[in-house]
Amino acid sequence: MKSKVSDAKKAYKMQQWIAGIVLTLGGLLVAIPFIWMILSAFKPESEVLQLTPSLWPETFTTENFVYLFENMNFGVYLRNTIIIVLCSFVGLFFNAMAGYAFAKYKFKGREKLFYLVLATMMIPGQVTMIPVYLILNQMGLTNTMAGVVLPGLVGAFSIFLFRQFMSTIPDELLEAARLDGASEFRVFMQLVLPISKPIMAVQGILTFIAGWNSFLWPLIIANDESLYTLSVGLSLLKGQYGGNFALQMAGSTFMVVPIVIIFIIFQKHIIEGYTISGMK
Amino acid sequence: MKSYSKTTPYLFIGPALLLLALFSLFPIVLALVISFTDIDLAGLADYSNISFIGIENYINIFKDPIFLKSIGNTVFYVVFGVPLVIACSLGIALLINFGTARIFKAFRLVFYMPSITNVVAVAVVWTYLYNPQFGLFNYLLGLVGIPAIPWLQDPTIAKGSLIALAVWRAIGVNMIIFLAALQGIPKTYYEAAQLDGANNWKQLTKITIPLLRYAIFFVSITTMIGWIQFFEEPFVMTNGGPLDSTTSVALFIYRNGFQLSNFGYAAAGSFVLFVTIIIITMIQFRLQKKDTDI
Repeated sequence: MKSKVSDAKKAYKMQQWIAGIVLTLGGLLVAIPFIWMILSAFKPESEVLQLTPSLWPETFTTENFVYLFENMNFGVYLRNTIIIVLCSFVGLFFNAMAGYAFAKYKFKGREKLFYLVLATMMIPGQVTMIPVYLILNQMGLTNTMAGVVLPGLVGAFSIFLFRQFMSTIPDELLEAARLDGASEFRVFMQLVLPISKPIMAVQGILTFIAGWNSFLWPLIIANDESLYTLSVGLSLLKGQYGGNFALQMAGSTFMVVPIVIIFIIFQKHIIEGYTISGMK
Repeated sequence: MKSYSKTTPYLFIGPALLLLALFSLFPIVLALVISFTDIDLAGLADYSNISFIGIENYINIFKDPIFLKSIGNTVFYVVFGVPLVIACSLGIALLINFGTARIFKAFRLVFYMPSITNVVAVAVVWTYLYNPQFGLFNYLLGLVGIPAIPWLQDPTIAKGSLIALAVWRAIGVNMIIFLAALQGIPKTYYEAAQLDGANNWKQLTKITIPLLRYAIFFVSITTMIGWIQFFEEPFVMTNGGPLDSTTSVALFIYRNGFQLSNFGYAAAGSFVLFVTIIIITMIQFRLQKKDTDI
């Protein structure tokens, strides 16, 4: 967009500065909740309840975090959350398999089945919520980890993205591997998956974030606190310790900061993932 | 040439399709069926307690004052939320795209951040920020001499407060979609316009916005569907209060289904929601088609 007219250069530079300043102010506004959360998490409860809040913790303490693990079951919640994240990677693998088949195999009913998969994207969660609960209840899976994990294991959008990416793999490559005597599953594992690394990276990170943040199904399915995830535990904490903001901020920090770190490390993949998936 | 057996593709799609069928497709049918029954906890324990009551649930739900109120609230969320999300995310995307310095790439990260964070954690943080006594917002307003605002206590302000949080979370993804679309516009268009003496505003309204039409359409549909299903924020922050002034349709369904165990009644509510989403999407596609015809 560089103007070739030299008179306009000065005005252009000025506009650049204005854009930068507006974005800085907006960015600060967007970042305030994060900054306030982290700073408050390290304040003792008495300091948070002062009428003139301090920006920087006057007494720096980690007692809020210790309290979460010693007096609340945050250790258990963390374990459950990690189990859910690991299971959702199995789901990711199923999605990749389905995406590959839709991209590279010709079989009867392929188009129709694929449209069916896409149609499931339109179904709002609130509609399936109650019947899925009844189905899981019938299967005897309420209040079990399997019941928490199963409903969200596969996703149509993920299958769609895998299919989009894997369609670009040349058929000759797959044929060559088959001629060498590789089985179909081996072709998939040792050829297709390694080629699909970029889309795998995006999907892997998004899967991790979704698993880490999972809230609704654990809330519905788990009656027992031993099955709660961090999100459910945190909403419980808000109910039980409504007035203890320092503790709440510590719990929130514990949930948000790992995701932010992962995001910063892998941000290039995530943001470019939108371009890979051709969302224009 | 085919070198794989006929069953191979089905083995590959099998696990995913089975799960989708069981947890997405079949439930739709089941939801429709149970919305015509009076299934509750007693019915869950013993199916012989369930009886078929026709469209009674649908008649009752439209007489339910809380349901009607939740529809009104949801309309409020959509009417104010959708334009706000589009304006904010498009505005930020335009500014970031306009910038040439390296720092502008860092802004993408900052604005994207809220959208990946946990909604419960974020709602807990915002509840603290909104706290009338100890919250940061009222303290900052106090510094410039503005009296305290009852962020979550006043029925109308509470809706606005929830919208503010949801807009904050929604900017990121939509901004990225707009950025991707902006980068797809050929630079030569702008160069030609500049040679013709078009100013920035002209370039924005005559080139950028018309060429972003598809992206804006996409974002407005997905955002609207998102607002219609608005759930976590009112659930965690206000639990629908004060006086059900923030109860969304989704929260109404959840409450009837899982707190009051009126499964049939809640299923009827969820179908009303589903049909609404389908109708709105179809109308938007119709409008979009007309728009491109012109």
